[in-house]
Amino acid sequence: MSHWLIPLLLAVPLLGAVALLVLPGAVAEHVATRLGVVVSAATLALSAVVAATAPSTNVSWVPELGIRFHLGTDGISSPLLLLTAFLTLLCTVLLLRVQPEALRLPALVGVVLLLEVGMLGTFVAQDLLLFFVFFEVVLAPMWFLIAVWGDDKVPGGRVRAANIFILYTLLGSAVMLLGILLIGLRAGTFDMVALTARAGSGLGHSTQLLAFAALAIGFAIKTPMWPLHSWLPGAHTAAPTVGSVLLAGVLLKMGTYGLVRIALPMVPQGAHTFAPFLGALAVAGIVYGALACLAQRDLKRLIAFSSVGHMGFVLLGISTLTPVGVNGALYANLAHGLITGLLFFLVGAIKDRHHTADLELLGGGLYQRMPRLGALLAFAAVASVGLPGLAGFWGEMLSLYGAFDPGADLSRGYYLVLMTIAGTGVVLTTLYFVNVLRRVAQGTSFQVWRDAVLLRDATTHELVVWSPVVVLVVALGLWPGWLLSASDPVVRRLLGMSG
Amino acid sequence: MTAILIALLAPTVAAVVGLLLGPVRPRLVVPVAVAGAAVALLAVCVPALRLVAGNDIVARLHLATVPTGAVPIGLDLRVDGTAALVAVAVACVALAVQVYSAGYLRGDPRYSSYAALVSLFTAAMLLVVVADDLFVLLIGWEVMGVCSYFLVGHHWEQEGSRSAAVKAFVTTRLGDVGFLFGIFALGHVFGTFSIHRIVSAAPEHPGLTIATLLLLCGVVGKSAQFPLHTWLPDAMAGPTPVSALIHAATMVAAGIYLVVRLYDVYLLAPTTLAVMAVIACITMLGGALAALAQDDIKRVLAYSTVSQLAYMLAALAVGSSLASTFHLLTHAAFKALLFLAAGSVIHAVGTNRMADMGGLRRLMPVTFATMTVGLAALAGLPPFAGFFSKEAVLGAAEETARHGGAAATWTGWLVLVVGLITVTVTGAYVARLWLMTFFGQPRRGVAAHESPAVMRWPLVLLAVPAALLGFAGLGQPKLHIGLVTSVLSLVLTVAGMATVWRAWTRAPSTDPTAGLPGHGLLLHGFRVDDLYDRVVVRPVRLAARAVGWTDDQVVEGAVLGTGRGAVALSALVARTQSGNVTTYLTGLLAGVLLLVAGLVVFT
Repeated sequence: MSHWLIPLLLAVPLLGAVALLVLPGAVAEHVATRLGVVVSAATLALSAVVAATAPSTNVSWVPELGIRFHLGTDGISSPLLLLTAFLTLLCTVLLLRVQPEALRLPALVGVVLLLEVGMLGTFVAQDLLLFFVFFEVVLAPMWFLIAVWGDDKVPGGRVRAANIFILYTLLGSAVMLLGILLIGLRAGTFDMVALTARAGSGLGHSTQLLAFAALAIGFAIKTPMWPLHSWLPGAHTAAPTVGSVLLAGVLLKMGTYGLVRIALPMVPQGAHTFAPFLGALAVAGIVYGALACLAQRDLKRLIAFSSVGHMGFVLLGISTLTPVGVNGALYANLAHGLITGLLFFLVGAIKDRHHTADLELLGGGLYQRMPRLGALLAFAAVASVGLPGLAGFWGEMLSLYGAFDPGADLSRGYYLVLMTIAGTGVVLTTLYFVNVLRRVAQGTSFQVWRDAVLLRDATTHELVVWSPVVVLVVALGLWPGWLLSASDPVVRRLLGMSG
Repeated sequence: MTAILIALLAPTVAAVVGLLLGPVRPRLVVPVAVAGAAVALLAVCVPALRLVAGNDIVARLHLATVPTGAVPIGLDLRVDGTAALVAVAVACVALAVQVYSAGYLRGDPRYSSYAALVSLFTAAMLLVVVADDLFVLLIGWEVMGVCSYFLVGHHWEQEGSRSAAVKAFVTTRLGDVGFLFGIFALGHVFGTFSIHRIVSAAPEHPGLTIATLLLLCGVVGKSAQFPLHTWLPDAMAGPTPVSALIHAATMVAAGIYLVVRLYDVYLLAPTTLAVMAVIACITMLGGALAALAQDDIKRVLAYSTVSQLAYMLAALAVGSSLASTFHLLTHAAFKALLFLAAGSVIHAVGTNRMADMGGLRRLMPVTFATMTVGLAALAGLPPFAGFFSKEAVLGAAEETARHGGAAATWTGWLVLVVGLITVTVTGAYVARLWLMTFFGQPRRGVAAHESPAVMRWPLVLLAVPAALLGFAGLGQPKLHIGLVTSVLSLVLTVAGMATVWRAWTRAPSTDPTAGLPGHGLLLHGFRVDDLYDRVVVRPVRLAARAVGWTDDQVVEGAVLGTGRGAVALSALVARTQSGNVTTYLTGLLAGVLLLVAGLVVFT
């Protein structure tokens, strides 16, 4: 009855983007940002309805190949849908007042809305090829975001950063496509619901291994997993604020979501074989990311490396193949989206004001000259550290808990070692974040900033954009049951456990 | 239970309101903060009064069950007798500190955030006290830690504050990782994270050495015990009222309180008890010795806190959670008093250095009188509170030494002997602090004055329990105070005091311990920090630099590789930089073609 709901959800931002392209230049220029807000607000409302009613759509698309236009949601995709629509809305609201130097607003808003279509589509797709198409759709808008509206002062320039991003992820996509084709053709269907229900039956052991490896490489690049992360710092450093927020907030989640939604349930034997490797790389990423953060000079680059560490926790949770670990991974996914989204909003604001994100050039004294921005940065840092009572804690804790008692076939001692190393990562993460606060927020301002008249604290408009994130980070920290009771039954089904 | 919820919510609301009001209505900041603490105090008095009236007051509140995929987490609160008493102590000190701060930090530009953090801290500590689920406890535990971090760094213009804040937070987080793993282990064994369920099932799972040791990591970090004690003396860079509340009376005692809550599990793990005894003895004596050589009055008190917390841990190690709780409560009173009195002194003379103090007895009579009460309690002179609780600890050690019990006999002897030696040193550093601050000639022409009423009253009010709380323990049949031990410890205390007094009378204007062998070593806390710097800090820095360098090389390498090996590809992609959408659409079309081709090939 409500089979039009999800297509509508995708159509609204798409039509918004198209409208901005076809409208006459002057008109588009005039309405662009406001139209963006209206469209993304409508999308958020629709995604709330979708999350609440869990409708589905299933019609034939390419009958010759057995590909269906199958869309649906459940307890693990709905939160990501809401996150996507929520962050996109915040980005468009931000663009009302805070705009990149290279204006071209209609195109910018259009690109953001197009990006939203791809992200939403990835989370609702129930057909492997459809999933792949949406997964690819995000690449072009993100490339434009970095290459057109990015910061050209980064080493090598913004276009190179954008190119590295797209080359890397296209390479991953190509490998992932092979995995998808292997599964779909061997199993005779691309339908994700059916493939999940089969849980790998009908796929030989070697097929499963090959398919999992291919999928995992594709998803791992997107996540990104150490050592395939090197596209991320450059892309983040160059990307404009909205690009960074959506990149860290949503795009990275597509990789881990794919692992949970596709790789674990459809080729479980491959998952079992490769899980220990995944776990080891995850933990390496946690420690490596934290150590790299300690060595960074650029604040945006630092937050990018912190993502490598945080996504390491997500991957560790997945690699345990336990409900608790995967629940934790999905929680950490969402929490990271909110918290790192907030961090990039804040760091973006700092960079816009000082025209640099270099720690040496920024110097200390943010608390002093911009108390509101400083306080928010402190809050986001503390949240990112995984403080209990804030959203970041539950996911990382459950990932570690999963490693404490991994899935049946996995070596307990091995995972205890991984857990312990990840635990030192927790301490290192604390260390680099308090170091950031020490270098940027505490202390006294450089004379050059004290003399600058244009440096103002967070504006009311910015506070309106950021405060919903703060509220959600606190709410998800105090009431973890909201997400966990939604994800737990789905995760059990995906892992082939009933009940 | 409603009362407990009010006690938790009042300071939380005060924190949020105070923070939001700060910039707009600065005058309301103090009333809001004081009101939050006052409401919390009134609320926690409800269960405590019922307890005093002789009622059984165990009450529970179940808010929600959180599925995790394995053992569920229950958002549960539970109040029992111990919790009710500790909650009252916390709320009392918190109120005293909020009132006192209004005088001590008058005119501070960041007063609103300061008061809000103290309020939030109060709520977090109360949450730790009433939590039934280990994860709920952990929330309070870590929120306390982060409040402590921000408050230690209150004077963030100063390098000392900044590095002390980092050190305090990172060191305690290190312990907390072990703590978290310990929680996993308990949950794994008992199938629940509920403290009271774990305790009631404890006899079914004796000998949980690893789980209890892991939990102990968190305790050692939070309660500043060896080897993670080094953050506490540095944390004195925070404002003095914060030192009184967080770094003396409450947060640092939370570690001890946790073991008290899980004590039935610990009692069945003799190895852990032995480890606790050794840690406690090292910390107890080492802390007291270091206190003997400090010149900063707050650092003397900080090392004294380290040493006194070790007494509490020692009581636990020899099988008496009651003696430990007793000492926790009296210590909360007298150490909060001592810090606030020290703050009063610092406020008056404008320095922390005892070398610059002296002769303040006549200039600050109220501070002098109340601090004397506090110091007498700390030294354990009868009839002040510390005497009874310290004797209860030594008495418990004596019991174990003589008759054995849950803990090994040797741990009893160890605690007893080291405890008695520490008593001597405690007497010495107490006498030194007292003499150098209040006696002799005033130095450097300091025009000291008594502090304002808003600071004096908290001192007077805290002096009452510091003097009298000990008598509350007299009626407890489970507390054992041996006559011989008491007399011996009293003699040793007086001997310690007399030694310092004699040295001081010879040269009243100098530090009586300056000539002590190894004075430099004691002043620097046995140079543990230097060791950690070499073993931990520098290697981490080196590793970070190595990773930073490697990543740059790898990225550069990858980029160069892309540049050389895939010039054609780069050029292809670079063509799209014209911003031409059709170029990309062509690419997309090519991709779809590839996809279809793949399908055809595979089928």
